[in-house]
Amino acid sequence: MSEGHSTYTPKTGIGRWFDARMPLPRLVYDSFVAYPVPRNLNYAWTFGGILALMLTAQMLTGIVLAMHYAADSTLAFDSVEKIMRDVNSGWLLRYMHSNGASFFFVAVYIHIFRGLYYGSYKAPRELLWILGCIIYLLMMATGFMGYVLPWGQMSFWGATVITGFFSAIPLVGEWIQQLLLGGFAVDNPTLNRFFSLHYLLPFMIAGVVVLHIWALHVVGQSNPTGIEVKSKTDTVAFTPYATIKDAFGMLVFLFIFAYFVFYLPNFLGHPDNYVVADPLKTPAHIVPEWYFLPFYAILRAITFNIGPINSKLGGVLAMFGSIAMLFLVPWLDTSKVRSAVYRPWYKLFFWLFVIDAVLLGWLGSQPAEGSYVFMAQMATLFYFAFFLVVLPVLGLIETPRRLPNSITEAVLEKNKGGGGGHPARATAAPETKS
Amino acid sequence: MTPKSGDRFSDKIMVETTARQRISRGFGMKKILTSLALLGLVLAGTAAAITGAIAQEEAHNEAQPTHFPIHEPKEMDWSFAGPFGTYDKAQLQRGLKVYKEVCAACHSLKLVAFRTLEDLGYSEAQVKALAAEYTINDGPNDAGDMFDRPGIPSDYFPAPFPNDQAAAAANGGAAPPDMSLLAKARGVERGFPRFVFDIFTQYAQGGPDYIHSLLTGYDEQPPAGMEIPEGTHYNPYFIAGVSLKMPNPLSDDQVTYDDGSPQTVDQYSRDVSAFLMWAAEPHLEARKKTGFRVLVFLLLFGALVYLTKRKVWAGVAH
Repeated sequence: MSEGHSTYTPKTGIGRWFDARMPLPRLVYDSFVAYPVPRNLNYAWTFGGILALMLTAQMLTGIVLAMHYAADSTLAFDSVEKIMRDVNSGWLLRYMHSNGASFFFVAVYIHIFRGLYYGSYKAPRELLWILGCIIYLLMMATGFMGYVLPWGQMSFWGATVITGFFSAIPLVGEWIQQLLLGGFAVDNPTLNRFFSLHYLLPFMIAGVVVLHIWALHVVGQSNPTGIEVKSKTDTVAFTPYATIKDAFGMLVFLFIFAYFVFYLPNFLGHPDNYVVADPLKTPAHIVPEWYFLPFYAILRAITFNIGPINSKLGGVLAMFGSIAMLFLVPWLDTSKVRSAVYRPWYKLFFWLFVIDAVLLGWLGSQPAEGSYVFMAQMATLFYFAFFLVVLPVLGLIETPRRLPNSITEAVLEKNKGGGGGHPARATAAPETKS
Repeated sequence: MTPKSGDRFSDKIMVETTARQRISRGFGMKKILTSLALLGLVLAGTAAAITGAIAQEEAHNEAQPTHFPIHEPKEMDWSFAGPFGTYDKAQLQRGLKVYKEVCAACHSLKLVAFRTLEDLGYSEAQVKALAAEYTINDGPNDAGDMFDRPGIPSDYFPAPFPNDQAAAAANGGAAPPDMSLLAKARGVERGFPRFVFDIFTQYAQGGPDYIHSLLTGYDEQPPAGMEIPEGTHYNPYFIAGVSLKMPNPLSDDQVTYDDGSPQTVDQYSRDVSAFLMWAAEPHLEARKKTGFRVLVFLLLFGALVYLTKRKVWAGVAH
């Protein structure tokens, strides 16, 4: 919905003075008050706001933590413990920050899956989707480097394993790895540069978030029906409608977040990270943070050579490829219908994909031996098949259910009750789409 | 697109649908729950199939176990468990005594300052006296010399060995780990589906359970045919093998308790495990107390926001 017509009228003299010189209040009003949003958005659409909240919380807690943290391999571990023991409310800041990273990823995964379910990536929202993928990549880099900072055993060995991926790249691999490490192995220079980048990247995320929101406000939000907004009756004003719904979504999310921070602060961590890094002692099982586990499982699933590509490079390619798939989704999906609500077969495959992703995550936490390897290979196969086979083919062969003519009509049908997704007043042709 | 007529149209819909909306709301919820249940069922089924396959695959050989620990830690009742958990100060004091008289011979506790022992219920004077029992190497003084002095509350527990190499040399090649964070640095993997239940039962006592089980696990005899490496001691609760370098450190009546608590290995183990939990997580009580207030606030505020949301959306079908 790009109306382009601002309805902002400053009421005070100061307001008019500002508006003539730098219309920031007008921008805020147009973006967060008058901005029209589809009236049928469900709670899955509150995660954008939740993510903005989590980014802010991570930056605020992180800035204070950085005041007390020492980025030196001989001091880092003890400085974190100093925060936990002696800094006023230091334990709270640190647990909020470490669990905040996990919940940031919980929110981003729900946000991504929402996009996949409702086809939010389809034209004209391809760029919006890709900007989101870039944010996700930056989040992964930030999360990984942040996990290294406490300088525990998992920090050290996780960094060793993950930077080791780069050495698999032909010709330039070793050079990239040494550039990342600042040497030949994870050591003080690695910690220093990771700290610097861990502080920098969130600001880059914030920059891309601005672009993400800008793109969103040009094309408007998608909605559960996937039908574009056609008339004013299809939308409501951002404030109060979306604001209050987002606020409630945030509070529910914060409740679960607080439950973990205060009662299970180490549930999502690994006990080994309370042991100071020791380059001479490898932990029995090196596992990354939970939010990387599906990709870790894909990496380890490639245990065989494919022609000139050895298993190590193959694993790295598969892992990066699995993330690259996301960038291609707008063009892999051939369906003319956006939302899974009207795509019975896609709906089934979507949920199978969710199960597959969770299964991969669990396999990533298990040792790569015995039947786990075979399971991971099958799950990896399905992961890629979903993107490369299911998405393109389903769009061509699937018969979508009849689409309502408009969001307003869809809302009307839904509220008739009992009808569910089978509208009684079937007048529209199935091809009526966005 | 005629916004004017559209507006009137939508107003009509809004009025028409509010009553029906209430009836149909339960229907959507039911659908969500059914799909969630279905998803859970499929997940559980898959996981069960996999674990079954894996269990079958592993040849069962008691003398050559492949996964450690051989026995899972026993789950004990801890005063600090659960949403309202608090430390039992008498138990922490007993645990400190066990640490001082037994563990401290080999294990350091370098992140714990004497001043924090006031948490255990000691007075300032008692902490001062306790710190003064220790000799701290300080310096250099004005003449450039290092010197020994009695400890003060701002000092930390001194380590039993001057450095890790000395600790390793005196203990058969491996330095005994520092105990400051031991209760958070040890934990046996819970596995699926237990780790899901742990969220609801707030199980976060894997560390103390492990330490207690290890300390009471030396009595068990290795199965026939098992090879125990020279200079190590069989313990089926040890996380990284069949045996460990540390010999059984505790025996009944080894430490004298003056509060009448039983002087048994089991009691010593419980007390020292609780003490180590405190050493690793000294602000646990404040954390749980603050957490309860935060959750109550979020619940009340969330309820108010929900009611406001209902009111705002009352006239709008969505």
